[in-house]
Amino acid sequence: MANIVGEQPGTGSGAAAGQATGGATLVSWALRLLGVGPLLILILLAAVIGLLTPDFLKPGNLGNIVAQTAVIAIVAVGQHLVILTRGIDLSVGANLALATVIGGLVFRQVDSALLVMLAMILSGAAVGAVNGIAYVFGRLPHPFIITLATLSICRGLALEFAVGHTTMRGMPEAIAAIGGSSTIGIPNSFFVVLGVALLALVMTKAMVWGRWIYAVGGQPEAAVQMGIPVKGVLISTYIISGLCAGIGAVVLAGRTEASSPLYGNLLELDTIAAVIIGGASFLGGRGHIGHALVGAVMIGVIRNALNLLGVDVFFQMIAIGLIIVAAVEADVLRNRLEASARVMQAARAQ
Amino acid sequence: MSASAAKPVLAVRHAEKRFGAVHALKGIDLEAHRGEVLALLGDNGAGKSTLVKCISGVHALDQGEILLDGDAVSIHSPAAARRAGIETVYQDLALFDNLTPAQNFYCGREIAFPAWLPQGLRLLSGRAMDREAAAVLDRLKVKLPKFDAPVALMSGGQRQAIAVARATVFARKVVILDEPTAALGVRESRKVLDLIGQLRAEGNAVILITHNMEHVIELADRAIVLRQGRKVGELRPTRANQQELVSLIVGAEG
Repeated sequence: MANIVGEQPGTGSGAAAGQATGGATLVSWALRLLGVGPLLILILLAAVIGLLTPDFLKPGNLGNIVAQTAVIAIVAVGQHLVILTRGIDLSVGANLALATVIGGLVFRQVDSALLVMLAMILSGAAVGAVNGIAYVFGRLPHPFIITLATLSICRGLALEFAVGHTTMRGMPEAIAAIGGSSTIGIPNSFFVVLGVALLALVMTKAMVWGRWIYAVGGQPEAAVQMGIPVKGVLISTYIISGLCAGIGAVVLAGRTEASSPLYGNLLELDTIAAVIIGGASFLGGRGHIGHALVGAVMIGVIRNALNLLGVDVFFQMIAIGLIIVAAVEADVLRNRLEASARVMQAARAQ
Repeated sequence: MSASAAKPVLAVRHAEKRFGAVHALKGIDLEAHRGEVLALLGDNGAGKSTLVKCISGVHALDQGEILLDGDAVSIHSPAAARRAGIETVYQDLALFDNLTPAQNFYCGREIAFPAWLPQGLRLLSGRAMDREAAAVLDRLKVKLPKFDAPVALMSGGQRQAIAVARATVFARKVVILDEPTAALGVRESRKVLDLIGQLRAEGNAVILITHNMEHVIELADRAIVLRQGRKVGELRPTRANQQELVSLIVGAEG
């Protein structure tokens, strides 16, 4: 075994060393298992459901799942960045609704896919910017409060702008194609998810900015001491989260060929659940884009399967709630395992 | 020491700092030279931490000035202090538990490209940072169980060693260590003391805050004692004047 700096006197016997090494191996394996756990569970889940209802694995149904999950997945990518910094964005659902309404209003004036899309995405990003700036410069204790406020404000604005309509029909053809059509049998929304996820992956893993997001989430005080622009990093994550809500609005409005102030209801819970179920830490600083995607797909798969099996919709909500509890418990377990790994490092003989 | 004859790399002149009604620093002077370990001693509340935080850019002085190599500098943020060549190892280490040792080393000043982009938008050179960090750890004889694991998985001594080693990567003038051995066992402390010796050997001015008189006598070339925001003594710590040193700290001159 490798030498270590730290060792306490009096634990130098070979037996103790062997025991500690064995324990450390066990702990590191357990940690690794927790890391890939959600993906394994998803695969297992799909296999079991496939056996129970053969309809599940049919291409048409899988396409359904993708189409239904796409919005959750896109918005969950943004939510994931916010959660990485120990934050939370409760406004994403209402933000998305407002974006579709604004897109719908623009569509009434001009039949331009580009302008409608731009309006929705900018609306989403603007709400995100308000969240981030108010949180950072308002010195609010937690983003919970400001995003709860913008949740209410956005929903209200969306209802106001929609002037009494619950839905406004119609979307430009290109947007309808993004949300509703398929290319070589794969729903176009899948490619949108792929694009958003790839961009987010490059930013979080290959760019300095992404490293700073992890640093701010890992140890905010240390990030200040190391000269990282913490305020800018925080604000950027809320802007990106809003941007993702705007992109989600394009996909949803495209799929339904409509906009509605009632869209995105409880989307904030779905996206937070997706991030946590996927295996990112609620305590910040840990997780990657894959976690958000796995979590989103898992929610989609469970809903779809319970539908196919004819299970009551209320039970679906209960099931997803239970899974969230299990996922948070796994996060707690990981922290405890890491603590015990630390103790073993200190105790291990040279 | 011949160093004391040379120009000090860091000089603090008439440092004054108030926090509301509390007069934390009352006109303190301090000089630190290359290749020496300067111990900063004093009881809790004597002003050591405040002084150090003013030097490392966490607080700003109300009055007085800080000179680096003879030039007055304004250090208004930790980042500015770093750019000026002052590295600080804080008591809480300021490590990122979720990052690996190499990522910790370079956090906030990543090796990245292309140079024409602003730092935040550049792409990380992960390999270069891994290689450099490994070389530094090797040079300082710091051994870690796993180089690619987050530091959350490492022991107190290993984490302390990583924090000190990180300071050595970037220190060009002054390294400040705030209670570096307070949380460590005997053997882990020994390793950190060796590291401090190495920092001095590489030509840094090391400012060491500690309550451990053994460490002061062993390592420090000079000691400055603060009490109630004033400098009350400055001497070369030896076993013979240990008692005098302690009296200065607690304020019971005999």
